[in-house]
Amino acid sequence: MKGWMGKVRALFWLSILSIVLSGCGKENLSAFLPKGYGAQVSLDIIFISLAVMVFVFIVVMIIYTFVLVKFRQKKGQEDFVPKQTEGNKALEVVWTVIPILLLIIIAVPTIAATYDLADESDKADSLNISVTGNQYWWHFNYGEEEIQTSQDMYIPVGEKVYLNMMSSDVLHSFWVPSISGKMDTNPENENTMYIEALEEGVYWGKCAELCGPSHSLMDFKIVAVSPEEYQQWVEDMQNVDLEATPETASAQEGQAIFENSCLGCHAIGSSPTAVGPNLTNFGDRTKLAGVEDLTHENVVNWILNPEKMKPGNKMTGNYTVPSEEEAEKIADYLLQLKPSDVTPETASSNN
Amino acid sequence: MSTTIAQNKGFGATLWDYLTTVDHKKIAILYLIGGGFFFLLGGLEAMAIRIQLIKPENDFVSAGFYNELLTMHGTTMIFLAAMPLIFALLNAVVPLQIGARDVAFPFLNSLGFWLFLFGGILLNCSWFLGGAPDAGWTAYAPLSTTQPGHGVDFYVLGLQISGAGTLMGGINFLVTIVNMRAPGMTYMRMPLFTWTAFVTSALILFAFPALTVGLFLMMFDRLFGSGFFDANMGGNSVIWEHLFWIFGHPEVYILILPAFGVFSDVFSTFSKKRLFGYTAMVFATVLIGFLGFMVWAHHMFTVGLGPAANSIFAVATMAIAVPTGIKIFNWLFTLWGGNIKINSAMLWSLAFIPSFTIGGMTGVMLAAAAADYQFHDTYFVVAHFHYVIVGGVVFGIFAGLHYWWPKMFGKILDETLGKITFWTFFIGFHLTFFIQHFLGLMGMPRRYWVYLTDQGLNTGNLISTIGAFFMAIGAIVFLYNVIITSIKGEKVGGDPWDGRTLEWSIPSPPPHYNFKQLPLVRGLDPLWIEKTEGRKGMTPAEPVGDIHMPNPTILPFVMSFGLFIAGFGFIYQVDDASWLSAVFIGMGICLGAMFVRSVKDDHGHHIHKEDLDKGDGL
Repeated sequence: MKGWMGKVRALFWLSILSIVLSGCGKENLSAFLPKGYGAQVSLDIIFISLAVMVFVFIVVMIIYTFVLVKFRQKKGQEDFVPKQTEGNKALEVVWTVIPILLLIIIAVPTIAATYDLADESDKADSLNISVTGNQYWWHFNYGEEEIQTSQDMYIPVGEKVYLNMMSSDVLHSFWVPSISGKMDTNPENENTMYIEALEEGVYWGKCAELCGPSHSLMDFKIVAVSPEEYQQWVEDMQNVDLEATPETASAQEGQAIFENSCLGCHAIGSSPTAVGPNLTNFGDRTKLAGVEDLTHENVVNWILNPEKMKPGNKMTGNYTVPSEEEAEKIADYLLQLKPSDVTPETASSNN
Repeated sequence: MSTTIAQNKGFGATLWDYLTTVDHKKIAILYLIGGGFFFLLGGLEAMAIRIQLIKPENDFVSAGFYNELLTMHGTTMIFLAAMPLIFALLNAVVPLQIGARDVAFPFLNSLGFWLFLFGGILLNCSWFLGGAPDAGWTAYAPLSTTQPGHGVDFYVLGLQISGAGTLMGGINFLVTIVNMRAPGMTYMRMPLFTWTAFVTSALILFAFPALTVGLFLMMFDRLFGSGFFDANMGGNSVIWEHLFWIFGHPEVYILILPAFGVFSDVFSTFSKKRLFGYTAMVFATVLIGFLGFMVWAHHMFTVGLGPAANSIFAVATMAIAVPTGIKIFNWLFTLWGGNIKINSAMLWSLAFIPSFTIGGMTGVMLAAAAADYQFHDTYFVVAHFHYVIVGGVVFGIFAGLHYWWPKMFGKILDETLGKITFWTFFIGFHLTFFIQHFLGLMGMPRRYWVYLTDQGLNTGNLISTIGAFFMAIGAIVFLYNVIITSIKGEKVGGDPWDGRTLEWSIPSPPPHYNFKQLPLVRGLDPLWIEKTEGRKGMTPAEPVGDIHMPNPTILPFVMSFGLFIAGFGFIYQVDDASWLSAVFIGMGICLGAMFVRSVKDDHGHHIHKEDLDKGDGL
């Protein structure tokens, strides 16, 4: 008996230990540390349901432990035949009715929250961003502001932002755990979800619907800045000078190559071209291709062999691979594309 | 056909015997071997997944291969391991529990098995023919319909063939339980395992056609250029999700209900008590089966169905917790006041209660739509369904195998090895999956080939992988146990556990015809009733007479083989029209065998009274 219970107890403490060790996860990524309205609402429901369920679990385990301790076969009683109980109406009614009541405790706030998170009453008066999921990157189109960008979505903190989401290919799912729950992007219909960041910061986003080999590399960011900074960013993005000449000679040559070879798929400015990610503010990106550090070397490597960083991506095989020298120049050009002073760093440092 | 088969047959004769058998007990063994093999295969795939995730940004397998692994792990475990192992138990036990000499349609029973096996082999051939399916076991369109290569084609054809086998099995057990119960075995006297088999079969009957239709639509999209799921052609990919989950959710109950039945029988036997609240247990089983069809869209809360649909499906899903809770408490009160003997079968059953309760708890949490927006498609979901399917179904299969092994093979599985398996597997299971609840909410979506270094997911994944190794050790020890028991195990009598139900009233393993005389059933736990009244066995309901039994036949094997060949033809005719010849040859073999079956009179054979008296006919 003792050995049996001992093992269960050891297992229990091991689990507790493992939870403590790993904490609640990384800030600005974990759903345990909500920084947005949706995430807060979901976490409340999670805790309400968890509390009710833990109560049920404790009741079950108390009866379970008692039964196993008290009624386990004792030495010399192998042939003891217990009373053959058929059932007990009163008890059975109790354990039917009480769970129903407990479920109502969960169901009512769940329904309220579900309707709350689907509310679209002030959609027309709010910032609307069209989100497109692509294998394996995200595109953001600020329709009214006439801004196109990819991978990093800038939003004003403390304001409701409506995301109108679709997919250009297969199913994806837009998930920024610390800001809000997820919503799928479907190829046939637009889904709408609102988000509201409660604090400034750079929040990790992930694709949560299997979409091919690089599903796990389809990360993106939400950059939540103050409303003033957001206005600044909008203006900067609207006033990007497409003709601007880069400072260094290398970047100038890179610009020429880019305009000849890359512009067919990658737009700079508010052009609607979105075969590949929009690169208007590439130099300010938090990450290259969602997951790699934005360094000159990585950009060159990407241009030369994107397949190595993102297996199955749509760039591989669809462009003429430049020489390493050319790639260096393109990288020089791209990395100096910094149209705004409002950057992810602004968001992080204000926080 | 001779009724007296020589006991020491050569390998060839034994093989032929199994290829042609229509005996439910031998088909059970076939299902056990087939399902066991695929369970090990699915386990290997799981280990590769966990090794890949042992550290961040690992490159143990490539991204594409990882997607193949996760797809095949899920598909194999659900369709090719759990389902057949459940069918193994159903075949081994249900006819005995209702006092029948065979199932209603022995030929169909055999056909069901061979279709499952050939479907499974077809699916796994993809590994060697350019890559396995890689769109997840859910095969969501448009990813599945647009994936290059033939992987998903193998998924579609393989599942179509094995699914047809499952549907046949379901129909067979429905008819068997309705029509072939022994005199006096009313519905409300059936053991709970038989009841769950009955409800599960009904679920199969209604759920699998949705999968069949979905797979046909996908087959036409992929192989014949239609656009059911293609938005550009006016199709709709969400329809696949609906079709899949209208099948997929009941499928969960198809798997878990028989496991509930196993636990009910095991708890009752080893606490020497009648099942507490039998009527409520039956009612709860039926209710779970019914509600199981009403909740499929809770897999689709994030698809954008709107708050009304999400709320309705949320509440419907929570409602399932009520009958499930009734079951948990009835089991606890079956144990209450009993004389509880803990052996391997009982260990698995006892471990099921806390494990499954956790799975049920997270199930209710997932049902809360607004919370599910965070849970959905993360490791929280992975943890939840492994708690339900491993903690429920796999524990149930292990419990059932330990419990009925002596009935199937005449030998008790080694207890010490059984306990070693249990403890390594049980500890490994919780170590692997408990932490995954947290990984999910910490921002780890499921089906992720890699996770990044600096995201706080390293420790949890390492613990999870360590747990997986414990589970693997447990499974290997069980395999060793099976082998060592079959070599050295001691023979036991017909009733080693002081059983309560009909299967324990006949020898182990049972004779070919199961019951020399059909028993007269006088209540729930019929054998127990006879025992309490001082009798050793059942009172016969008929005099000893000739027994009519079906003949063995190779036709089910041939039909399935024909479909197997036709499957390759369908897949490869896209590349080269000459492959259509394989379709015609395969379908020709299948239809030819069906024709033979239709025109050839096969009246079966009789085991004569005199042979029965001599104890022959085994």
